[in-house]
Amino acid sequence: MFKNLMSWIEYRMPFMEKMNLHVMQYPAPKNFNFWYFFGSLAMLVLVNQILTGVWLTMNFEPSAERAFASVEYIMREVDYGWLLRYMHSTGASAFFIVVYLHMFRGMMYGSYQKPRELLWLFGWFIFLVLMAEAFMGYLLPWGQMSFWGAQVIISIFGVVPYIGDDLTLWIRGDYVISGATLNRFFALHVIALPLVLVILVFLHIIALHEVGSNNPDGVEVKRENDGTKYEDNVADKFTFHEYFTKGGKKFIVDAIPFHPYYTVKDIVGVVGFLILFCAVVFFAPEGGGYFLEAPNFEPANPMKTPEHIAPVWYFTPFYAILRAIPDQLIGAIAMFAAIILLALLPWLDRCKVRSVRYRSVWHKLNLVNFVISFVVLGVLGALPATPEYTLIARIAMTTYFLYFVFLYVYSKNEKTKPLPVRLS
Amino acid sequence: MLKKLLSVLALVASSAALASGAAVHLDKAPVNLKDTESLQRGMRLYQNYCLGCHQMEYNRYSRTFRDLQIPDEVGMENLAFGAQKVGEYIKNGAPKADQARWFGAAPPDLTNVTRVRGPNWVYTYLRSFYVDPSRPFGVNNVVFPMVGMPHVLQELQGVPTLEHTTTVDAHGNEVHKTVVVTDGSGELSTDEYDRAVADLVNYLTYAGQPSKLEAQSLGIKVMIFLFIFFIFAFLLKKEYWKDVH
Repeated sequence: MFKNLMSWIEYRMPFMEKMNLHVMQYPAPKNFNFWYFFGSLAMLVLVNQILTGVWLTMNFEPSAERAFASVEYIMREVDYGWLLRYMHSTGASAFFIVVYLHMFRGMMYGSYQKPRELLWLFGWFIFLVLMAEAFMGYLLPWGQMSFWGAQVIISIFGVVPYIGDDLTLWIRGDYVISGATLNRFFALHVIALPLVLVILVFLHIIALHEVGSNNPDGVEVKRENDGTKYEDNVADKFTFHEYFTKGGKKFIVDAIPFHPYYTVKDIVGVVGFLILFCAVVFFAPEGGGYFLEAPNFEPANPMKTPEHIAPVWYFTPFYAILRAIPDQLIGAIAMFAAIILLALLPWLDRCKVRSVRYRSVWHKLNLVNFVISFVVLGVLGALPATPEYTLIARIAMTTYFLYFVFLYVYSKNEKTKPLPVRLS
Repeated sequence: MLKKLLSVLALVASSAALASGAAVHLDKAPVNLKDTESLQRGMRLYQNYCLGCHQMEYNRYSRTFRDLQIPDEVGMENLAFGAQKVGEYIKNGAPKADQARWFGAAPPDLTNVTRVRGPNWVYTYLRSFYVDPSRPFGVNNVVFPMVGMPHVLQELQGVPTLEHTTTVDAHGNEVHKTVVVTDGSGELSTDEYDRAVADLVNYLTYAGQPSKLEAQSLGIKVMIFLFIFFIFAFLLKKEYWKDVH
């Protein structure tokens, strides 16, 4: 019965064929470590956001008069509304945590290098759309920080010469942030941007499966079949899809089928993640005031500015750069540059060796520099600007940009260690 | 140069805690959401002293009575404001425009006050009023300088005044302390007053997140399930991977 059904489908649509290609007979390097959990986790969080988002939308009312009250209604009177809301708000922060770690993994193991430039660019666009998605979602509860945070971020666009004021007017749809802004942000947040996100994720995975996954050693698992014999090759035990072996022209080394090996392994990662995620959702949904900011429990009041406006934590590294420069236009340019430089990494890094394991000590130190700069900027962006903090923010901003400059300089003639033939 | 940098770094560390801007020391509120009697006493205080000005417009009587184990009839008889029905929100019916005219600004809704300010802030605030004839209502507040409301609980606390004391600590440094003391004319002693305010803050903490206890009890079950699931997921992975070297 089931077999008949499957062959009926297969005759009309290559379902099993595509499952084999992308899942059961997809060669994944056998040495993925902890850092390789975050791709599947990002997907999990995306699904969580979409599902909880759909149910929140059923009771949310996108108007300046009702938005705040309808969120309180969801929290108090909708069955398990508090759970849906906390899963969604915690999910937003979790999304950035896993995406930041996922991106850093790519930087550590040179996953953006040839031939994975396009894969990296799709990922970068996902990051960009995710920031827009999160920013617009944050306005919807119509709390004090929703309102004033959006005020600050939209005003950044006002520094564009000549068209700045018209541009902010166009974004807001009003002279101030109002119900009109809330309506359009709602439309973009629940329809337009999620659709773009899902399409980009699809393209990201198609591009990944074309070039294959990188791994902590940064050496390819699909090699030219030049007659080289590989002893104890685990890949010999499995059948991989013809698409990857190219009729015997390619030889697969030290790889295993994605399913069942990485599906069962990713389940362990998912459960580990859920333990942390649920601990926040059920016991500390405010995330120490960083996931849900205290002023946001007060309805938006255009007449009352909060004493300290801080964007949500995942924007603070870039916000700190914006604030560190006295000239607003240059500050905004620097902030966007900090994001755009990430997209250019495949061309800034001219080294042929991918993984940090086999690269020079300069590259290791530079990566440490990047992490420290990013974290320091993130902490400072959440604090009020004092002269001391501004000084530190300027130093951290400089070292952040120097990561890219240094990388470009030393990667040309970098002294690297010999690459291993086999995966460790 | 290095010394300067180090001192700057130390500053970052120490003032991270002060980011909220509140420099006043806050007493810890003894919140216990499982103490139903305290919540009931807190609600009574809220209905008698706060609701006249401050609504609780996101909570309904019915839900609150259920959570606080108050029978509907008893609750409506003793706690409801005017001719309200049990399914209604806890409102006072005072026109906001008039309130704004009387007080300079409409008194805020207090459903979420403990989530905006924190229970400790509210607990300290309600015990920090003091007589200040220069203010329109004759009182000021240590935690909220230039406060725009009268000391509503004065009949319970008595007339509070500020007292500055200077003591010398073990290192010979002068320690300045400002405390609020009352003249004892209130219905409650200082300890009783603190307990009454604690009940009120406990109730306000409940009001800010009525689902908190439910979240915690469901959360424990979810966590136990996940930990067990984790063991099986890990063993399954190990079994599958035993041939991969």
